[in-house]
Amino acid sequence: MLDLNSRCPDGPIETAWDRHRQSIKLVNPANKRKYTVIVVGTGLAGASASATLAELGYNVKAFTFHDSPRRAHSIAAQGGINAAKNYQNDGDSVYRLFYDTVKGGDFRSREQNVYRLAQVSVDIIDHCVAQGVPFAREYGGLLANRSFGGALVSRTFYAAGQTGQQLLLGAYSALSKEINSGKVKMHNRSELLDIVKIDGHAKGIVTRDLVTGEVTSHAADAVVLATGGYGNAFFLSTNARGCNVTATWRAYKRGAGFANPCFTQIHPTCIPVMGDHQSKLTLMSESLRNDGRVWVPKKAGDFRKARDIPENERDYYLERIYPTFGNLVPRDVASRSAKKMIDKGHSVVQGGSGVYLDFADAIKRLGKDAIAEKYGNLFDMYKQITGDNPYETAMKIYPASHYTMGGLWVDYNLMTNVPGLYAIGEANFSDHGANRLGASALMQGLADGYFVLPYTIGDYLAPQPHGFDDTSHPAFAEAEAQVKAKTDKLLSVGGKKSADHFHKKLGKLIWEECGMARTEPGLKSALERLPAIREEFWSQVSVPGSGAALNQQLEKAGRVADFLEFGEIMLRDALTRNESCGGHFREESQTPEGEALRDDENFQHGAVWEYAGEGKPSIRNEEALEFKYVLPSQRSYK
Amino acid sequence: MNITLKVWRQAGPKDAGKFETYQHDGIVEEMSFLEMLDVFNEKLLEAGTEPIAFEHDCREGICGSCGCMVNGRAHGPKDGATLCQVHMRSYKDGDTITLEPFRAKAFPILKDLVVDRSAFDSIIQAGGYISVRTGAAQDANMRPVEKAIADEAFDAATCIGCGACVASCPNGSASLFTSAKIAHLNMLPQGEPEKYKRATAMVTAMDDAMFGACSNHEECEATCPKGIGVEYISQMNKNLIWGELFEHDS
Repeated sequence: MLDLNSRCPDGPIETAWDRHRQSIKLVNPANKRKYTVIVVGTGLAGASASATLAELGYNVKAFTFHDSPRRAHSIAAQGGINAAKNYQNDGDSVYRLFYDTVKGGDFRSREQNVYRLAQVSVDIIDHCVAQGVPFAREYGGLLANRSFGGALVSRTFYAAGQTGQQLLLGAYSALSKEINSGKVKMHNRSELLDIVKIDGHAKGIVTRDLVTGEVTSHAADAVVLATGGYGNAFFLSTNARGCNVTATWRAYKRGAGFANPCFTQIHPTCIPVMGDHQSKLTLMSESLRNDGRVWVPKKAGDFRKARDIPENERDYYLERIYPTFGNLVPRDVASRSAKKMIDKGHSVVQGGSGVYLDFADAIKRLGKDAIAEKYGNLFDMYKQITGDNPYETAMKIYPASHYTMGGLWVDYNLMTNVPGLYAIGEANFSDHGANRLGASALMQGLADGYFVLPYTIGDYLAPQPHGFDDTSHPAFAEAEAQVKAKTDKLLSVGGKKSADHFHKKLGKLIWEECGMARTEPGLKSALERLPAIREEFWSQVSVPGSGAALNQQLEKAGRVADFLEFGEIMLRDALTRNESCGGHFREESQTPEGEALRDDENFQHGAVWEYAGEGKPSIRNEEALEFKYVLPSQRSYK
Repeated sequence: MNITLKVWRQAGPKDAGKFETYQHDGIVEEMSFLEMLDVFNEKLLEAGTEPIAFEHDCREGICGSCGCMVNGRAHGPKDGATLCQVHMRSYKDGDTITLEPFRAKAFPILKDLVVDRSAFDSIIQAGGYISVRTGAAQDANMRPVEKAIADEAFDAATCIGCGACVASCPNGSASLFTSAKIAHLNMLPQGEPEKYKRATAMVTAMDDAMFGACSNHEECEATCPKGIGVEYISQMNKNLIWGELFEHDS
């Protein structure tokens, strides 16, 4: 059994974080320079954590598999970042952001974590502006806001459709400053392939240099994983091609619990799949739903051009079903609604799946220039990919895998159940429950990296002896040997098929059986079919070239091998959670209107999977969730 | 659609490298350029040949990973697009496409179309930031910033660090890259205190990294996928001169 004590502070939630910071142990400023922390990943969470830890005086060894820390996939986030600033005077507050996030997560997250997130959200905006992040502004020079799904206030800060890019470049610049100061040692093109534990504590990692193929050990006093989510389990997703589960999966195999792997977010507004060769799906920001109207033809199988379908033959189904939130319902609700329309035959893509997102009314109301100012880069992107001009015709959109709420289990300090091993950003499971609200991923990544981890890590480090730097310990040799053996094994299969071939097979299986709607028979059948794909991979995969050089096929194959293992706990988690909540929709559990029906009596908990050894079934643990402030209710956006 | 691919193949940093010519058929116009390469790599793999190494990640034009010279032009034929945003509808049956890595003294080739662009990081590390510690900031709305300035700072900040400007420059200069970051930060009131120091440090780092100087060819602006303009280069030079004239610390 895993120790799943969340270590959340008791007492009033409003003061919990302050009291916690008062009570945790501090590292004396003169001693901070004696500790070294490894941070893996340089997205929003990793870059902000590395920079802030270094500012505090810690030595940081930072790792990324990219050629530069600036390439991490946070860069692609489009729409914005939430913060409870209430600059719009529309009644926003820390409490309201907390409330919206707990409700948006369908009561499957920890109240204390979420409250803290809402509290520090305001500090993030202040800090990012001070760094020079060029957020959108009003003519008076003050910061502008827009609305996102699941909220009735306007609290999203943005930089055109490139908010993630600007925030990441801010964190990257802070990281660069600390690389320059010598406090951060940056390792580019280095992929984590194992975590090293000594006496039960995380004390280092093993990496492969992606240019030379060299396998190296790195020791430290603590290890932080900021390695993102596992959305590429679906193969086709809005994630970058390199995003993978390897770091968190290797941590899992070293004893870290993996929580709620079935909580995945299918984003409603992506460009639909267009053919077999497709390698990724492109997101069209949720912010588009501020002005775009979602509709399908009332008549099934009506493939006339959007502009040829008269107003009275269109079904603006989100506005019809959810009059209060309309086109701005949360992502899970919007995605499922689109799927229902498609299942009933109302697709607007012949031979495929899609619904319209239409700006004709907004252009009429605000003018083309105003729309271009807000969404110009997104419209251009759409046109580049599809060849259609969204100023003149409705966009076609369809849901796609986008974000994963599940991740490594962490306590209130963001530490996994392995002492000294932390997980931050999308890599952990902590704040979004069963569904993440739009513009909250950037908020959480930066909250963890700038404002939470740099304080909480002191609580672990303070009583530890400092300056662990001994890679001669046998645990490193053992991990290195395992890494090399796996590389050799991949290179020696000698099959005929690419790693992508198997990734596509896995993705199809997961999308069909563990996507927007899940059923017991479907999940059981997927669990029966998965081992065969895995076996075929290990007997048929082709990895040409050598392990001692830049070898992209080898990198890819290693990541696919981990996804093929990981898929199992994703499916088992979905099968065991016999309720619907947030992005996890079990067809067996729905209200008469077809909305997600939770089963709080049996599933008001985080499910945490524990590795039991090679070939043995993983063990399911539970962390019970308590709600004292936002009482669980049937989520309604009507 | 059938295409002839002429691709620079180089096994490693120390190999000489040479062009290989391949025939690639069955291409459909909805494919992205990189998907066309994916499909071709599958064919190479089935034939037991090592696939073409090329960098890519987000495949939506923002991460800056992808890019190579396509028929002599960085990122291919489309204005304002990275290579991953080019689709095969830009080509016709029978075309020949020549692919070469970004070439510059500061960007050593690692393999095939993959180059090492870490010299860009060293320029940013020298001064591409505003020195503010986490937790030290005042309320974000305490200091209004004129919208026109905020918008322009944003435009300069949209650089994706792909390296097309360097590869297109006859001198292999990183002036567009460096000046865009200097412009972004120096334009904002937050960036004011370190303005001259920043420009001097970043330009010094650029020279140290073996990038060439700017001699106004403006090829960089013509190929920048984000439409970043050469006016920032003159602003950068102005910052440098003012910094020297008034002997600001550097």
